[in-house]
Amino acid sequence: MSNVTLKVNGKTHTLDIDPTTPLLYALRNDLELRGPRFGCGLGQCGACTVIINGVATRSCVTSVSSVRSEVTTLEGLAKNGKLHPVQQAWIDEQVPQCGFCQNGQIMTAKALLDKTPNPTDAQIRDGMARTLCRCMTYYRVQAAIKRAAKAIAGNLLGSSKEVTA
Amino acid sequence: MIPFTNIPKHVEEALENWGGTTSRRSFLKRSGLFVVTVSAAAVTGGSAIEAVAAQAGRLYPDPDYKQLDSWIVIHEDNTATFYVGKTDCGQGTGTAFRQMMADELDIAYDKTTCIMGSTDVTVDQGGSGGSDAIQTDGWPMRRVAAEARRVLLELGSKRLGVPVDQLTVSNAVIAVKSDASKKVTYGELIGGKRFNVTLTGNNIDATTGAAKVKPVQDLKIVGLSPQRYDIPAKVDGSLTWAVDARVPGMVHARNVRPPVAGAKLVSIDESSVKNIPGLIKVVSKGNYVAVVCEREEQAIAASRQLKVNWEKPASSPFPASEDLFKYMRSATPTSSPRPAEVGSVDMAFAGAAKVIEAEYDVPFQGHTAFGPAHAMADPSNGQLTIYSNDMKSYGMRTGVAQFLGIPREQVRVVWMEGPQAYGRTAADDAGFEAAFLAKEVGRPVRVQWMRHEETAWDTKGPAFAFKLRGGLDAQGNLIAFDYDGRAADYNHLGYNEPDTVLIAQLQGKRRATPAPGGSDRPSEMYAIPNRRMSSSVVGLPMIWETQLRTGNLRDPNGPQVTFASESFIDELAAAAKADPLDFRMKLLTASTTDDNAFKRARSIAVLKAAAEAYGWEKRPAPKSLGTGNILTGRGVAYTYRSQTVVAEIAEVEVNRRTGHVWVKRLVCAHDCGLIINPEALRRTIEGGMLHSLSRTLHEEVKFDTEKVTSVDWNSHPSLTHADTPAKIDIVLVNGDPNPNRPDLPHYGAGETVCKPMLAAVANAIFDATGVRLRRVPFRNDRVLAALKGANVV
Repeated sequence: MSNVTLKVNGKTHTLDIDPTTPLLYALRNDLELRGPRFGCGLGQCGACTVIINGVATRSCVTSVSSVRSEVTTLEGLAKNGKLHPVQQAWIDEQVPQCGFCQNGQIMTAKALLDKTPNPTDAQIRDGMARTLCRCMTYYRVQAAIKRAAKAIAGNLLGSSKEVTA
Repeated sequence: MIPFTNIPKHVEEALENWGGTTSRRSFLKRSGLFVVTVSAAAVTGGSAIEAVAAQAGRLYPDPDYKQLDSWIVIHEDNTATFYVGKTDCGQGTGTAFRQMMADELDIAYDKTTCIMGSTDVTVDQGGSGGSDAIQTDGWPMRRVAAEARRVLLELGSKRLGVPVDQLTVSNAVIAVKSDASKKVTYGELIGGKRFNVTLTGNNIDATTGAAKVKPVQDLKIVGLSPQRYDIPAKVDGSLTWAVDARVPGMVHARNVRPPVAGAKLVSIDESSVKNIPGLIKVVSKGNYVAVVCEREEQAIAASRQLKVNWEKPASSPFPASEDLFKYMRSATPTSSPRPAEVGSVDMAFAGAAKVIEAEYDVPFQGHTAFGPAHAMADPSNGQLTIYSNDMKSYGMRTGVAQFLGIPREQVRVVWMEGPQAYGRTAADDAGFEAAFLAKEVGRPVRVQWMRHEETAWDTKGPAFAFKLRGGLDAQGNLIAFDYDGRAADYNHLGYNEPDTVLIAQLQGKRRATPAPGGSDRPSEMYAIPNRRMSSSVVGLPMIWETQLRTGNLRDPNGPQVTFASESFIDELAAAAKADPLDFRMKLLTASTTDDNAFKRARSIAVLKAAAEAYGWEKRPAPKSLGTGNILTGRGVAYTYRSQTVVAEIAEVEVNRRTGHVWVKRLVCAHDCGLIINPEALRRTIEGGMLHSLSRTLHEEVKFDTEKVTSVDWNSHPSLTHADTPAKIDIVLVNGDPNPNRPDLPHYGAGETVCKPMLAAVANAIFDATGVRLRRVPFRNDRVLAALKGANVV
């Protein structure tokens, strides 16, 4: 065990843990965050996705000692109680089925839109292709990404309580 | 809006505040009645009901379904909490329950919350399964809510001094019809008190009071699409999932599995992990091995580092997965029920103008949940609490008590959200493991299956091998049909069975008579004058040591059986040079008799609706072969499941150079009777179709002669964003001959859409290429080989 310093969602923490510990477990067990979760531990599915330096990063295959910059988790997307447009689009589109994979979907989509604010269908499919879902919400995720893109560009007003098709 | 509540508040508090003390002011009587505690903050804080604290000697009750108080609590602030014996596996059924019950109770949807799944505070409706939430369990829910309304009206009548028929009720406010200023709210009448009303019913499905449910026309909330209440917490990261449950002193466990089927534990070298910090115990019993450590990553390291000596069996008796179907066809069945026969099948074949036959194969396909199985068990203070997302929490409670040989009353399951549950998942197995390990170490233990465990060791839908024959007369009518389906399903696992869960098997428990398994037959309303349907079950070797464990997977048998039957109907249509849709419609309209659910009329309706939505132009398949790289085609398939009827059309693009199939467009016409929440239903349909599409294009459990070799997403691929159709059109149909009838039933929707997908895609590939694929999944190499074989490259 040794001292590891992590800045997560704006707060700095010093943890006494093995430096080879995957970031996922430090976030979940030491910092009690719930966004990133375990899906494969192999970097194949995206369940554990966090954002570091604007890059969607798989925390299950990232050691705590290798983290040099601030980590943003799902909990850190909302600002001052207001959901990020991606999160709001997810609610407006009613994307989740069970919801377990949606940390990966949301964080990967957020990083994608930050880099490519107006993605084509092909860019969305390509950018999201390695982020898995077993309830198969892909169709809705893609619709929500387009909705979020519009909202971020300022073309969409708010959200309605009742879903429209 | 009232925040998300699927689990009891006292559990949330216990998990959040385990550093301090939470006061428990109410208690649960042995008879299962609740004492309602008054809570001014009930609107924002969710349930005001708290269960008994887990203290030595205290027991966990079975809430009594014959007491109205077990189902509905009215709070002083005029809100209501519904307690139901279900679990929500991700289709948003909790929202539908609230809609149905709020409608019958005459309270605003937004003024209700729902608690489900936890065994000590909810009645036992069996949890989830069989797509029975809306179809079966919705009825007692509606009836108890109607009864509560009736009782409240009587109370209101006494309070206001007028007969019930002079009262009106809306949004939990009872008023005198002739003088709206004379009113009283539900909260004022009974908030903080018990109904003390006894219901009747031989079983929970039949639960009822004196009140009747409303006619469809009087329902105002059913049919709307309120947003699912569980989604915001899943999107903002605030939800406490079953994986997040933690209590003081909790430790972590990982399993160490036998390397091959039939491996026997010889010895464990514990010195191999003595340098792992935080190691608490190496546990073994029979062939079950696990390591327990203080921290999660320590347990993972220990499980990889532990040296275990296994004795491998002398021979590797399994067929490799490429040889599975040959094995199945030549094996002696373990059971073969008498074939069902209509007419004179052999005579009809003898007189047929044209006879065709075909064999079809569908491999084992697993749940392979996105989140591998997990559970946490807390054995403190002489009780056992299991925190689990298992879809059948009540069965897990009973099963674990039996498995550990402890009184059932000492055990409870707290149901919390988790990854998909589309049948008998490994969540069952993880729950028993957590309970066992918690007892072994005397501390709360969280068990987490790793990816290779979930993918290789989960329960799978059975593999099927089919042989079909069909006879056409000179006019191209189908006059003879012979179906034979064989399932590799011997020793089919049920839910939470103390003698068949994985830990039981590994510890040497054996059931004297293994469950026989099943091989369903096709379900459609075709009128075929001479038809024989045969089915049989076979077993593979080492049924108690194999990783090829079968159990219910979303629509058990349905996608497999319908792949064969609806592909073959398509082959017959092609042989008759008939349009595939026309061919099916003729078979549906050949008879006019119908069943109680009007499935014939509704089948005709969905087939018509799908064709119209797609823009189906009549012509036989296949198309004339295109010249470019990309060949396009369309295929239709139809079926029913229980009382729900579905027709699907797939449009594909087949790359003749690579064998890659992209399902570009899907159309689904779906009739499930009365719809509770149309938008939630659409998304359930989309998810179900794409789940089956994944099984169509990608999924196959691979194995060699001694072990399963599908262990992760690379070796067991699943549908991705790149495979997703560009367009999915869903038509919600009400094909009832009397569509506005006041008693239109509400049917299930979780599984029917899974059934026709494999065939719809196979039929579309045939239309595009003229090549008939009879072996699922349609991976690139298999498609390409078939195209090459037919010179379509």
